[in-house]
Amino acid sequence: MNILVCAKRVPMTGGTIVLTEDEQSIQTRHLGFTISPHEECGVEEAVRLIEANGGESVVLALGPSEAEEQLRDAMALGVDRAILLETADEVDGQATAAAIVAAIEAERAAGVEFDLIFFGNESADSGNYQVGIRVAHALGRPCVTGVKGITVQDGRARCEQETASGRDVYDVPLPAVITVKEGLNLPRYPSVPGRLRAKRKPLAASAPERRDAGVEKLRLRLPPGQGKQAEILGHGPEAAPAVVEVLRRAGLVT
Amino acid sequence: MSDLPTSARAVVIGAGIVGNSISYHLSELGWRDLVLLDKGPFPNPGGSTGHASNFIFPVDHSKEMTALTLDSMRQYQDLDVFTESGGIEVARTEQRMQELHRRMSSAHAWGIDRVSMVTPAEIKQMVPFIDETILLGGFSSPGVGVVDSLRAGTIMRERAVAAGALTISANTEVLGVDVERGRVRRVRTTRGDIETEVVVVACGVWSPAIAQMAGALIPLTPAVHQMIDIGPVPRFASSTRHIEYPIVRDMDTFMYERQDGIGLEIGSYAHRPILHDPEEIPSIEQAALSPTELPFTQADFDKQMEDALELMPEIVGDESVGVKYAINGLLSLTPDGMPLLGETHEVRGLWSCAAVWVKEGPGIAKAVAEWMTHGESEIDLHSSDIARFWDHQKTRAHVRARTSEGFNKTYGIIHPSEQWASNRDVRLPPFHARQRELDAVFFEAAGWERPHWYESNAPLLEEYADRINQREAEWDARWWSPIINAEHLAMRDRAGMVDLSAFTIFDVAGPGALEAVQGVAVRQMDVPVGRVVYTPVLTPGGGFKADLTIMRLDDELFRVVTGGAHGPADRKWFADRLPQDGSAQIADLTSAWTTLGLWGPRARDILGSVTRDDVSHEGFRFGSCRTIEIDTLRVLASRISYVGDLGWELYVPIEQGQKLWDVIAEAGRPHGLAPVGIGVYGTTGRLEKCYRAYGFELESEYNVCEAGMAGPKVKDEDFVGKQAHLRHRDEQPAAIMCTLTVDDHTSASGVKRYMLGREPIQTRDGQPLTDSRGRRSYVTSAGAGPSVGKHLLMAYLPPEQAQVGAELAVEYLNERYPVTVAVAGSTPIFDPDNERIRS
Repeated sequence: MNILVCAKRVPMTGGTIVLTEDEQSIQTRHLGFTISPHEECGVEEAVRLIEANGGESVVLALGPSEAEEQLRDAMALGVDRAILLETADEVDGQATAAAIVAAIEAERAAGVEFDLIFFGNESADSGNYQVGIRVAHALGRPCVTGVKGITVQDGRARCEQETASGRDVYDVPLPAVITVKEGLNLPRYPSVPGRLRAKRKPLAASAPERRDAGVEKLRLRLPPGQGKQAEILGHGPEAAPAVVEVLRRAGLVT
Repeated sequence: MSDLPTSARAVVIGAGIVGNSISYHLSELGWRDLVLLDKGPFPNPGGSTGHASNFIFPVDHSKEMTALTLDSMRQYQDLDVFTESGGIEVARTEQRMQELHRRMSSAHAWGIDRVSMVTPAEIKQMVPFIDETILLGGFSSPGVGVVDSLRAGTIMRERAVAAGALTISANTEVLGVDVERGRVRRVRTTRGDIETEVVVVACGVWSPAIAQMAGALIPLTPAVHQMIDIGPVPRFASSTRHIEYPIVRDMDTFMYERQDGIGLEIGSYAHRPILHDPEEIPSIEQAALSPTELPFTQADFDKQMEDALELMPEIVGDESVGVKYAINGLLSLTPDGMPLLGETHEVRGLWSCAAVWVKEGPGIAKAVAEWMTHGESEIDLHSSDIARFWDHQKTRAHVRARTSEGFNKTYGIIHPSEQWASNRDVRLPPFHARQRELDAVFFEAAGWERPHWYESNAPLLEEYADRINQREAEWDARWWSPIINAEHLAMRDRAGMVDLSAFTIFDVAGPGALEAVQGVAVRQMDVPVGRVVYTPVLTPGGGFKADLTIMRLDDELFRVVTGGAHGPADRKWFADRLPQDGSAQIADLTSAWTTLGLWGPRARDILGSVTRDDVSHEGFRFGSCRTIEIDTLRVLASRISYVGDLGWELYVPIEQGQKLWDVIAEAGRPHGLAPVGIGVYGTTGRLEKCYRAYGFELESEYNVCEAGMAGPKVKDEDFVGKQAHLRHRDEQPAAIMCTLTVDDHTSASGVKRYMLGREPIQTRDGQPLTDSRGRRSYVTSAGAGPSVGKHLLMAYLPPEQAQVGAELAVEYLNERYPVTVAVAGSTPIFDPDNERIRS
């Protein structure tokens, strides 16, 4: 079985998010980069499924050349190889999906068919909820979103979705596209041998064809509540009643 | 949180290990109304203390750093936050094995006896998860341990608060430090202003930014030290203590590995230098972890992972062990690797206590608190004194150049004479062009380029072939040349000229000038105009603060001449003690005057051939100075000597220096005058005369009587350290400065070895020598004595051993060599009656 995981390089933000002066992006001068927690679960799921079933796992990112760092991180966890679609600018969901579809078709032309394609449910930075569904639609494959449990058997995937009232279960034939959510599994840490192996694993970089964006970004705005200070309820044992009151209001104690 | 007071005796900025410790020690010394601020929360405000590795290896080649570290370890033990784990520095190469042998000797020199060399098999016994097959051996230090620095800081802070001495204020950012007429007046914060005359900057990597608010420079740079934590390690699963295995320093790869609970921490000083600016450090709110735990840059650590895997395959190679934490941790680096302590040059009352690591933090805090209270500390801090820097050494570019070069030396093998490669050619004497023509080999002193020897003197090697020995071992011969010894002999036979441009020169002038110098100098300064006085300068406790010469040029004008490296600190010492009424002022003339030394039996003939002034023995007495005409120049000539031969120091305005050089060189040609480097002036010539040097023999931990420099009587006038000095004269000295000769240089492997300094002096059977004040005997200076045909060592010895003819030993690279005491006290080994100087 072959699995493709798509992941996006996003800033690892601290307590306060600061925007660049032109309000077009997050100020990343002091920040490291990562992939979103959803996608970490996608990588982990792919590695586990390949470990169990055999086959090949591939990680794909669309972004700046520095996204190689995130691809190597994924390969350190066990993914076999990586595809980097290099873009200088930020690309909207529609163009991203088109570029990924083109890459998948190129893989197919080279003889690689992906039985499963994982996306994070939404990216950690822009959160557009677009790419997975668009790719599935373009490829004509079934798509299950917001998945927190996957079982693959006999050419079908059983996907569990958490809902307000319980669980919805979808049973889809492979090949399929699944967008996953944090909680799907507990991702492993990379081992040192894994890190060293990742340095030598293949990474194919190419520049996707430029496409017009369907969405235009005007500017970013910080949501209210940013930078809220902690409230000190008290010190020592005297603080206990105030803490109990907070828990009571939250409905955690009665 | 209580409100901030509106005034304080002192404000300490920064609540890491240093700020907490110094608040505590100040309170212990009786300070009250102290305030401790930090912009972050307690107990971990987000500075380097919060992510420190917290382990302590006590042995360092620096005596000062070792003393501070040992004192810190005692404090951590008293606070019950120290866990002894043991530590091993392992060697993969032969060069490193020699370095570890040198570590052994440094340990013995500084009084740390619980150390040993261990074999790979013994290392394997102690650290079963190591691959000992790639190792040649190790240096085991069972006293190594791990501390809880956050807890230590909290305890000390709380003690100072409980004593009623300290108000603390977290989440309080400093907005400004106001200075009026050169003195600190107040600290402005986000919680209000505090009037104060004393501010301690203990802000680690932020210190330069805080000092800048007051207009002062603290020359450090935040730099990255990478570390990762991997786990869970199956072997550590059953550990009951935080650390049960010795910490391993893999010295050749510049890395360390240590158990941390069920994890293994791997740290590195091997990656490229990654420097930051203090202003660039993220705020607490913006930082993903803490402001000093920056995002890990994996590519810089790739090689280190391979090295760690090679050393500890069982753990690092375990696929189930994951990298759980990885940071680019920020720490402070300085241009010369030593801390930045003391009152800043620029602002009175603004104290720096920066570039201090956890291992030496409490010891340094105690010493600086003593310094702030008594004007000196028990442990001599001269290598850490922030006043050691000249202005150019405080520039951002210099700091970055030297720290970039120095970072990878953190675990490096540093030769005692090793020279910096970066940012050279900053201070060039007027003789520089001539010196280049003579193929001078330049060493740096306080930014000056000084010839250490001249390759053009190589023909002298032939002349003196039978009196000069080569050094067989590369280490002994590194940064050295036999030409130094040849230059020495040429000077003793004929004459030598020495570039002394690196001297620090400052005038003390005005109606109060005599009072000013009298109050600092041990010797009588009320001397006739035209006299030169060599004098010790003491700390209040009677230890050495400096030794220097003072020329009385006029009734109200004294010219002080001292070494380049300690010049700024000496100048500050005088400046801080000028009369309150402004009746004396100091002018630094270092960059106005240059100095050329001329010594040797032919010196008078040479000088006499270019001046019509009387330079006869009677006409120009030893210890006098006056202006003479040399060719077309007016030159201040001073008849003194640091090399033990007849001659003069010749001072001219700096732009006329080259002319002076040319005139003297030309006049000297028929007399066989040779240019002579600092190798002669600072070592061979000096050692044969048993002259002491500041920073080597002369430190605040030793007094004038021990150094054998007490005059026949003490002047009536008061001077700093007088009471202590009088007391010392009444006591039997606990140690006596001696000169020893090496009897046999042959090592166990049959190679002749030559000590370089800082080695322990022992009995012939290897017992350490400790004086009644607990100080070990060690070599303060070492070098050749070409005229006496011996390798010379200077050392303070207990009175029982300080006897001419006493047979002792010196431990060099962990091997013992026999030595004999040649001189006890200050009688020169060469020309003991000083006939040459006074001829």
